[in-house]
Amino acid sequence: MSDLTNPVEPFLRSDRMPHIWCPGCGIGTTVNCFARALIESKIDLEHLALVSGIGCTGRVAGYVKLDSFHTTHGRAIPFATGLKLANPKLNVVVYSGDGDLSAIGGNHLIHAARRNIDLKVICVNNLIYAMTGGQTAPTTPGHAITSTSPYGTCEPAFNLPHLVEAAGAVYVARWTTFHVRQLARSIAEAFQKKGFSFIEVISPCPTLYQRRNKLGDGLDTMKYYKEKSKVRHGAPTSEAGLTMTGEIVVGKFVDRDRPDYQTLVRAQLAESLGDRFVEQAEMVCS
Amino acid sequence: MAKGRVSIVVERCKACGFCVEFCPTKVLALSSAFNSKGYHPPHVVHPEKCSGCDLCGMYCPDFAIYGTKVKTVGAQEVDDES
Ligand SMILES: Cc1ncc(C[n+]2csc(CCOP(=O)(O)OP(=O)(O)O)c2C)c(N)n1
Ligand code: SF4
Ligand SMILES: [Mg+2]
Repeated sequence: MSDLTNPVEPFLRSDRMPHIWCPGCGIGTTVNCFARALIESKIDLEHLALVSGIGCTGRVAGYVKLDSFHTTHGRAIPFATGLKLANPKLNVVVYSGDGDLSAIGGNHLIHAARRNIDLKVICVNNLIYAMTGGQTAPTTPGHAITSTSPYGTCEPAFNLPHLVEAAGAVYVARWTTFHVRQLARSIAEAFQKKGFSFIEVISPCPTLYQRRNKLGDGLDTMKYYKEKSKVRHGAPTSEAGLTMTGEIVVGKFVDRDRPDYQTLVRAQLAESLGDRFVEQAEMVCS
Repeated sequence: MAKGRVSIVVERCKACGFCVEFCPTKVLALSSAFNSKGYHPPHVVHPEKCSGCDLCGMYCPDFAIYGTKVKTVGAQEVDDES
């Protein structure tokens, strides 16, 4: 009998296990799906970089055995943009939380989508700022109790697929941590796209979100995802808003093509400089 | 003979129960034993039912369990690494 190991093990910094994520937290499950997507799509790991912001999800950068960068809060996309522009051959993945990407980093999110920077963004949405104690995030659904809204949240929430579609993303999908195979497939699909791809994964934070809202533990939340999710590929993202206990619309919402930022830069320079425009042959960084 | 086999890394488990709930053939149950952190890891109750689909591995947030396919060559069991 040969000595088999977990197929995700080669993608992990095993010496850092067990990780800090709580029992029933969904972040680790999303990492499994990410690793399977890397295996399936045979991505060259030498030309792959993963960038995270700050938060429980931001910890992913420290646990994957890849070139990875744990950046400052909200700035994963700017760092990733720099990486991609300096070394266009890299596949650059941004792996971060809903708060990091859509609150403090919300400005970068919409402008990277608008400019169609070739990034694969995986947003683990646990509807809260988890790492700092469960404060209301732009994604927290109405009425949810959080540490900053002890009588319930009254702010309208961002519907992230709708936001990034409107801003210009070329690939937009949403799954939950229950949809492991679909999520892996979506991530693999995003690697085939050139341009700004955004995959939202709804994920339990039993410690801070589910507990305060009396929604049970991680497993109860997974059962809720199983029961209340509706796969609607191509659904208008305007209909994909989330509520505390209602239906969760999942699926691939947007898959379209338009020139990415670097293609636009080259086209613009060629148009205005004519013969004086010389394409740089080989990038200096490798 | 079982088509698959489950491997469990007991010390990594935090007993979320995802693998037990979502194993399509109900191979697993949480055991009454503790690991050194005080969690009850899963154990195999129906080894013959394992298809090696590795859904337990995909669900496990702690990278503590995985399934592998087993091929039968003659009377011998061989792990399938393909
Ligand atoms: C500039 C700055 N402001 C605030 C913080 C505190 N902070 C750390 S993580 C975080 C929120 C993270 O939320 P999210 O991105 O949803 O990640 P989660 O922990 O939920 O996975 C905040 C506000 C910080 N680290 N830096
Ligand atoms: S606080 Fe929430 S998001 Fe953070 S590790 Fe725990 S369960 Fe996961
Ligand atoms: Mg969050």
